[in-house]
Parts: sequence; C-alpha cells; structure tokens
Amino acid sequence: MSIYLDKNSKVIVQGITGREGAFHTQRMLAYGTQIVGGVTPGKGGTTIETGQPVFDTVKDAVDATGATHSILFVPPFAGADALWEAYDAGITLAVCITEGIPAHDMLRVVATTSGMRIIGGNCPGVISPGKSLVGIMPGHIFKEGNVGMISRSGTLTYEIVDGLTRAGFGQSTCVGIGGDPIIGTTFVDCLRAFANDPETTALVVAGEIGGSDEEDAAAFIQAHIPDKPVVAFIGGRSAPKGKRLGHAGAIISGNTGTPESKVKAFADAGVPVADRPSDIPRLLAERLKPIPA
Amino acid sequence: MKLMEYQGKDLFRRVGIPTPNGVYTTDAGDVKAYLTEHPGSWVLKSQVMMGGRGKAGGIKFADDAQQGETLARELLGKVLKSVQNPDGEEVKSLLVEEKVDIASEAYVSITIDRAAKKPVVMVSRFGGMDVEEVAEKNPDDIKKYWVDASIGYSPYIGRRLAFAAELPAGYRKGFPAILGALYTLFMDYGANLVEINPLVLTKDGRVIASDAKVELDDNGLYKHPEIAQWNSESPADEDQAAAVAIGLGMSNYAKLGGTIGVIANGAGLGMGTMDAIRSAGGEAANFLDIGGGAQADLVKKSYNLVTSDPRVNAMFINIFGGITRGDQVARGIVEALAGDDVRKVPLVVRLTGTNAEEGRRILDAAGFVPVETMDEGAARAVALANGR
Repeated sequence: MSIYLDKNSKVIVQGITGREGAFHTQRMLAYGTQIVGGVTPGKGGTTIETGQPVFDTVKDAVDATGATHSILFVPPFAGADALWEAYDAGITLAVCITEGIPAHDMLRVVATTSGMRIIGGNCPGVISPGKSLVGIMPGHIFKEGNVGMISRSGTLTYEIVDGLTRAGFGQSTCVGIGGDPIIGTTFVDCLRAFANDPETTALVVAGEIGGSDEEDAAAFIQAHIPDKPVVAFIGGRSAPKGKRLGHAGAIISGNTGTPESKVKAFADAGVPVADRPSDIPRLLAERLKPIPA
Repeated sequence: MKLMEYQGKDLFRRVGIPTPNGVYTTDAGDVKAYLTEHPGSWVLKSQVMMGGRGKAGGIKFADDAQQGETLARELLGKVLKSVQNPDGEEVKSLLVEEKVDIASEAYVSITIDRAAKKPVVMVSRFGGMDVEEVAEKNPDDIKKYWVDASIGYSPYIGRRLAFAAELPAGYRKGFPAILGALYTLFMDYGANLVEINPLVLTKDGRVIASDAKVELDDNGLYKHPEIAQWNSESPADEDQAAAVAIGLGMSNYAKLGGTIGVIANGAGLGMGTMDAIRSAGGEAANFLDIGGGAQADLVKKSYNLVTSDPRVNAMFINIFGGITRGDQVARGIVEALAGDDVRKVPLVVRLTGTNAEEGRRILDAAGFVPVETMDEGAARAVALANGR
C-alpha cells in the first residue's frame, strides 16, 4: 500500500500543453503514472504527442476518463480558479505545483473544498515509488520500500531521499507538502494517513523554520504513532530572525517558528532530530534495530 | 510589502475606517500653512518603516503654526534609531494629525493563522502598548476569533469580541462595523497583517484608528497595480531589490553575516547548505536560491551578487541535479565565471545527478573544487575560507 496514490490512480494534468505541464506529463508517463488526459481551455478534442486526449474543461476530462487525481501547472493568478474547477468536477486529490498563489485565494479555497485533498501549492508533488508519480520529482532517486517521507521542500527532499535510497531504505510514499504560507495538506494530515498505512513502517519528517506545523506534527506523533520510528530534520536552523528565506513560509517572527521550539517539540515526542541530512539514515537504522532481549 | 502609516490609513479610509483629520507632507512649509488654516493641537508623526519611532523621538506635538514648522524642519531629514533598527532610518515625510482627547485605547488586528488556515482576529482592551508584551504577560487579555473564510465576517463576531475583551461601552456601537471594514481590507487587498494599535475612543465618543500597520501579501499585489507602485516610493528591502534586479524571486536572496557565499537550487537545500556550513564550523554570508536549471547567465549574476559582499572569501555552490544534467550545470558554471568581470574567490561546487562525474571533471579542469556530497562541500568551503 501507499498513501494518496497507487498504481491505479487515474490522473489528469491541468495545463497539459503548457511548457512545464507538457514536460512533466512525459516524465510522469515514463515513470508509469496513469495520465489519462489533460485540460487546456480551447484545445479540447486534440491529443498530445503520446496520445492522451486534451479537454476544454476539467468536467469534460473527468466525465470522459473517470480521473480522480489532478496535477496543476497553472499560473498563480489562475490557481484558485483551477482548484475550484477541479473540486466542482469531482476530483478527490489535487496536486498544486504552482508557486505564489495569493494567500487569501488559498484561504477561500481551503475553506470551500472540503472532501478534496489539496497538496501544495508550491510543492514538488507526491510519489509512491514503483507505482505512481504525480509531481515534478526526479523519479530515479526513489526506491520502493517502507519509509514514509514528508517534507516542506523540493530539493532538500531529493537530498534526503537520495541518502535513504543509497542506504537501502526504500520509500512507501513521499509527499512534498509545499512552502507557501497556506497549503492544503499539513504534516499532521500526512501523518494521519501514514499511521493507517501498514506498508509504512518508519517515517522521516523534514521541516523547516517558520510556522508551527512541525510542533503540531511532534504532538501528533507522540499521541498517535507509538509504533513507527520517526526521524526529523529542521532546515534553516542557522537562519537569523526576520529574514525570509526563499519559501514565503520560512520566516522566524517573534518567538514562533524558531528552530529551538521545533527541535524541543520533537525531542519531547521522543523523535531524534538529525543535525545534517546525511545523519538521517543512521538515525533511522538505530531506531529500526531490534531491541536485544 | 509593508506599508507606512499614511498608506495604511489611505486603505482604511477606502473601506470606511475612521482616521484622524490631518495631512501628509514632505515639506515643512506645508505644515505651517496647514496649521495656520486649522488652529489647534496637532501631532507630527514621522513616516518610517521601523518600529519604536516614538521612543526614537519621531513624534512631536505642536500647538501653533510656527512651532509646527520648526518641529517639521527638525524631523524631516533626521535619522531615527531604535533598538529594532540600530542603523537608523531617515524621515522623509510626515503625517500631521489632530491631537485627539483619548478616553480609552484598544487593540485590534487580523492576521493569517497558518496552522488553522483561517484569518484570526485579535482584540484587546489594552491598546497603545506593545501587543507582544501583553501576549506574553497576560495572554488572557487578548481575545481571538478564527473566521470561517467560506462565510466571511458578520457583525456578531465584532459584538462577541467586544464583550469578551471587555471593551468600554463607548466602543460597542461602532466596533462591529469597524472590524467588518478591517476584514474587508484584509481579504480584498490581500493583507498578511492589518493592525490598529491603538483604536481610540475619544472623549467626545468617536472611535478612530490612531495608527495603522498593514502588510500586504506580495503574491496578491498584481490585483492592485496602483498599490504595488507605492513600494518604489518607500524604502524597499535591499535584499529583495537586489534579488529582483538579477531576475530572482524577491525572497530568494538574503544577506547574512558570515564569510562563505552560498548558491543552491531550491529554498530547502539553500537553508540546508547554510546549516551544513555552520555544522562544519563556518558561517554563511547569504542565502540564495537560484531555482531550477541553474542557467549560466543567472549563475554569473548570482555569483556577482554574493561576492559584492566584501566579507565573502569563499563560495559554495550546491546543486542537487534532479532533472538537470550535471555536465550541463558544470559547463554553465565554468562559462559564467570565465571572464575577468568576476571577483575570484575559492569556489567549491557540489554536483550530483545524471552525468555528475563528467561535470566534476569539467569543474576540476577549470580550477574549481568539485565535491560529491553537501557535507564534504561545506567542510572544504570552511577550510578554504580559513585560508587552508
């Protein structure tokens, strides 16, 4: 098993004929993802180079293909509209790659789309290695296995996953939740799903400074995931206060969002925090070692 | 984008939040003319971004036109310094406002609660003071309400908060409408923060926003092109300006205090690289996320931006090649830094991904230090920065 997507998930691409959309559609197809079509208003009735049909609206695409998943490559100003269109057409999981959707658009979207899981915006997507990739991640660094991975960032996820794979730890599902301030799916949402996934036997949570998602994750792990070892990492621990570092969400303001608070929260929950990404496989191996009788 | 007080009050008036009578000006002569025409007691408020302007001497009181002009001359051009801003900020303009007779001061703000994914309203009857101090010492004195954005604001929210926060009776009539207007501003103009501190109840029974703190979401500014222009008139963040000038996103560069320059592809990796440098015993001079692809032209501009900081004496470029090819990235870096128009500092480049080995050979041949892992790169960069 895996969370959020498997071999049979039918996926459409919103913005399938755009530069990014077209490029990543081919990469996802090459990985084995069931891309059943896509949407570009005005290009309905055509097909892309590999034969998948293009539709004018998400509703047309869903009606014709039975898709349940969508991945969005649309400009920020169209992000809210595209998410609402997906919701209205019955999509149950939408991966929003788009960076920089206005926060207040996202506030309205998340308040009005209950029942549809939104991953992102500003995220690298979701991958269940060996099964399906709905995102922009480099599929070849992942390996099928039992570690569930959640991260706020893109390249840092790849850095960590690369280390896990090299150390022999395959992954059940990796979710990049996104770096924008208002995102659809939090660490806790992912943890809840992983807690119920028997194939996931260990977890890596890669957070960063800013916000309180990591603290919430630590509390959830302590209360609800007693049986699966977890290792955490916090990016940006050397960042000064008040500086916004790339991700709009990554800023320490006042006493919230500090690395100290996050490290302490994980420590209190019995979760080791790796100093460096390269320490993660070792910490995971230690935690997975059978305790001698 | 942070707004100055007079800009925030401009937005307040657009949505119907009462503000004190007054005038905005950059000229001391205007102050004299205005006060001659409108005799009475007036406050001269320096328009600066920094906090703590009152303590820094940026607020003065005038009772006649002559005094007003003298004080205005004193303030305009003055560099205000505060604990929050030791470098100081020059006063370029003033807001001259009626001095109101204060019966009571309240605090009200709306901001985004990221965890709850909702707007959160905060109200306190202790206005006019540092709200973070109130929050720390007497958290119960701040009442909060999380608004369901699918329903929006309704006056009962204002009534409920006014009673819960025990605002004096004089506020009750006006407060729900003022909070409603503030919510409209928050949503329609896309504000990360709107704050009125203090919201004054005057002795003659008016409720007025005496100060205005507004911070807008940069991602939503395209909806208000005319307000986006305001930024060019007020002191923008230097780092943001530098990033935008070379074609990066505005939060993709931040100058820090160390000696080792950092360029990484991705925000998370950029932060991780800074951390790795600290782990290895050094300090990053900056954060720079170059984005995907790492094209030659952008590498050069980023390199020059980072090395424009004279403290930088080594550079660490950390590229996790997911989809991009390592040899292409390497050629891009070599090409970008080949000319004489770059300041040469020892350069460590970490490359992974497809064709990374070939990429490292290209870098080695060009006299750079290629490495395979982030830890190794951080260690080499720290050693080179220390002259080893």
